[in-house]
Amino acid sequence: MSTDDQVKTTYREAMRAAIREAMQRDDRVFLMGEDVGRYGGCFGVSLGLLEEFGPERIRDTPLSESAFVGAGIGAAMAGMRPIVEIMTVNFSLLALDQIMNNAATLLHMSGGQCNVPLVIRMTTGAGRQVAAQHSHSLEGWYTHIPGIKVLAPAALEDARGMLWTALQDPDPVLIFEHGSLYNTQGVLAADAGPVDIRSASIRRAGSDVSLITYGGTLPKALSAAEQLSADGIDAEVIDLRSLRPLDDATIMASVARTHRAVIVDEGWRTGSLAAEVSARITEQAFYELDAPVARVCTAEVPMPYPRHLEEAALPQPERIVAAARQVAG
Amino acid sequence: MSRAAEKASPEVTADAAQPAAGHRRELLRQMLLIRRFEEKCVELYSAAEIRGFVHLYIGEEAVAVGVNQALTPDDSIVSTYREHGHALVRGIPMDSVMAEMYGKTTGCSRGRGGSMHLFDVSRRFYGGNAIVGGGLPLAVGIALADRMRGQERVTACYFGDGAVAEGEFHECMNLAALWDLPVLFCCENNLYAMGTALERAQAQTDLALRAGTYGMPAWPVDGMDVMAVEHAARNAAEAVRAGGGPHFLELRTYRFRAHSMYDPELYRDKAEVEQWRHRDPIEMLKGRLRDAGELSDDELAAMEDKLVDQIEASVAAARAAPAEPVEDLTTFVYSPESS
Repeated sequence: MSTDDQVKTTYREAMRAAIREAMQRDDRVFLMGEDVGRYGGCFGVSLGLLEEFGPERIRDTPLSESAFVGAGIGAAMAGMRPIVEIMTVNFSLLALDQIMNNAATLLHMSGGQCNVPLVIRMTTGAGRQVAAQHSHSLEGWYTHIPGIKVLAPAALEDARGMLWTALQDPDPVLIFEHGSLYNTQGVLAADAGPVDIRSASIRRAGSDVSLITYGGTLPKALSAAEQLSADGIDAEVIDLRSLRPLDDATIMASVARTHRAVIVDEGWRTGSLAAEVSARITEQAFYELDAPVARVCTAEVPMPYPRHLEEAALPQPERIVAAARQVAG
Repeated sequence: MSRAAEKASPEVTADAAQPAAGHRRELLRQMLLIRRFEEKCVELYSAAEIRGFVHLYIGEEAVAVGVNQALTPDDSIVSTYREHGHALVRGIPMDSVMAEMYGKTTGCSRGRGGSMHLFDVSRRFYGGNAIVGGGLPLAVGIALADRMRGQERVTACYFGDGAVAEGEFHECMNLAALWDLPVLFCCENNLYAMGTALERAQAQTDLALRAGTYGMPAWPVDGMDVMAVEHAARNAAEAVRAGGGPHFLELRTYRFRAHSMYDPELYRDKAEVEQWRHRDPIEMLKGRLRDAGELSDDELAAMEDKLVDQIEASVAAARAAPAEPVEDLTTFVYSPESS
């Protein structure tokens, strides 16, 4: 079902369209990772691209995260524009040395000579009962690192539009795709294209409380906002989009309007991105607050397998509603 | 040392066809340049003029000088934290290497890297990497880019015997061989990973034999004989350049000094060090040149004097060079044109 100017699509298809467009527009772009070719990507994102672009540019790799992420860094330094796919953020830890000690540092320790125009995509997050080695939200760790940028597309237009902008960036950009979003359906402008990768976005305007979130918890925050609306609490929902750098201005402007903030983050609470956002609000907008900042995070437990325990561990609309009610007094 | 006797792989020795005398004198000059530069670094470190970690290459000079003969200016190099020699023979000006030791803006990495992170992208020298094994994936990626863009370049990747124990070594040997990439792997086997002897860290101490199992040609080389190194490196680089896929050289060498500037060297016998000093690559080549009547004492003295002058000038320039203003602390974290 589509009209002339809008198409029905999914998050997965939007990502695929973004990769296809990048491959068509720039012959330096190639996709590399485990099972991106013949298998079609472990989440089906790159399905069909091998047939379209061939094995040189849709490049299946062995299970060697450190080598193929590092090879992406080397290829980027040598003039290519690689997109490296890592199956999940948990597996990215096998390449953390390359991301942290090379991608993020080469520009600085070379005195500005070696920039690394590399994009690394990976799946993050829980919700599929795949237990304690495939379910975590570790993007907050990556936001600790100067020298890289961290994106979390949650909306369809960002799934479609962030990749190209990230590929134009001279420095390494990590894109975190929440596994629960791939099947999200919606409509997208037929001519949807690149979007900015610096600003946060207000996904729902409101005046009573700011729900600040990103990635896989955006739909939950929007659902919570609808429930709060029925109670007469008008919630604003901020989608951070870029996790590093953070768009402080949009966050603080929202807090200045609502005077209350609830941060919803699928990472664990301790040392989390939510903690960073909370600290910034305290530093920059303390006198705007009418209530302490609240956080809704994942329970501090390796993700359990049974559905009821996984659901209990994760931020859910009910918990967001409860936290918002509490700060709203 | 009983090591040689245990080896399955025979070492490459120098080509029977001797290169021209002038070329051999140049090899000597380059090795002396590294040696004298680093001796000066010891002095400067003792005087607290330079700081940080400084890993000396003294004893291993034949490797950098020999391998470099096989590379063209268009080839790429990925190096380690023990890279003063690699950088100098690549042609990075000594003034900018010395200034980097001082952390000055005129340094080859603007002072941001120091001894372990010498860079010169204009000479395709992609850095001293101070994570053991961390440079191997970069070399694989540079070679991949060259292959995809149809460039006939070789990427020389230096690493030590310690790196062979890292997972990245296995991943990169496999990937380079699988994808047939133009990498010349140069394993500088100096027998110690910091203080851990090769046989205490490796179940299979014949590193060339190990590399060969990835399906790439791999040769052990006498890394104390600069002409043997040059001969092996030329053959290997030529094969890589001709599309023969990755090649591996195990350059058997020895470091005469401590791992970093000073360590008590509790892990090895003084007698062992002395034994290796008899195979000092500089003294061996000097002896050959003298025996062949290709180098007089006067010529050698003139060569040495010139190096001393060059080094002293580089120290004077580095001392006088400006330091980076503190206001610029966070430049080079992101590119200036970053969105």
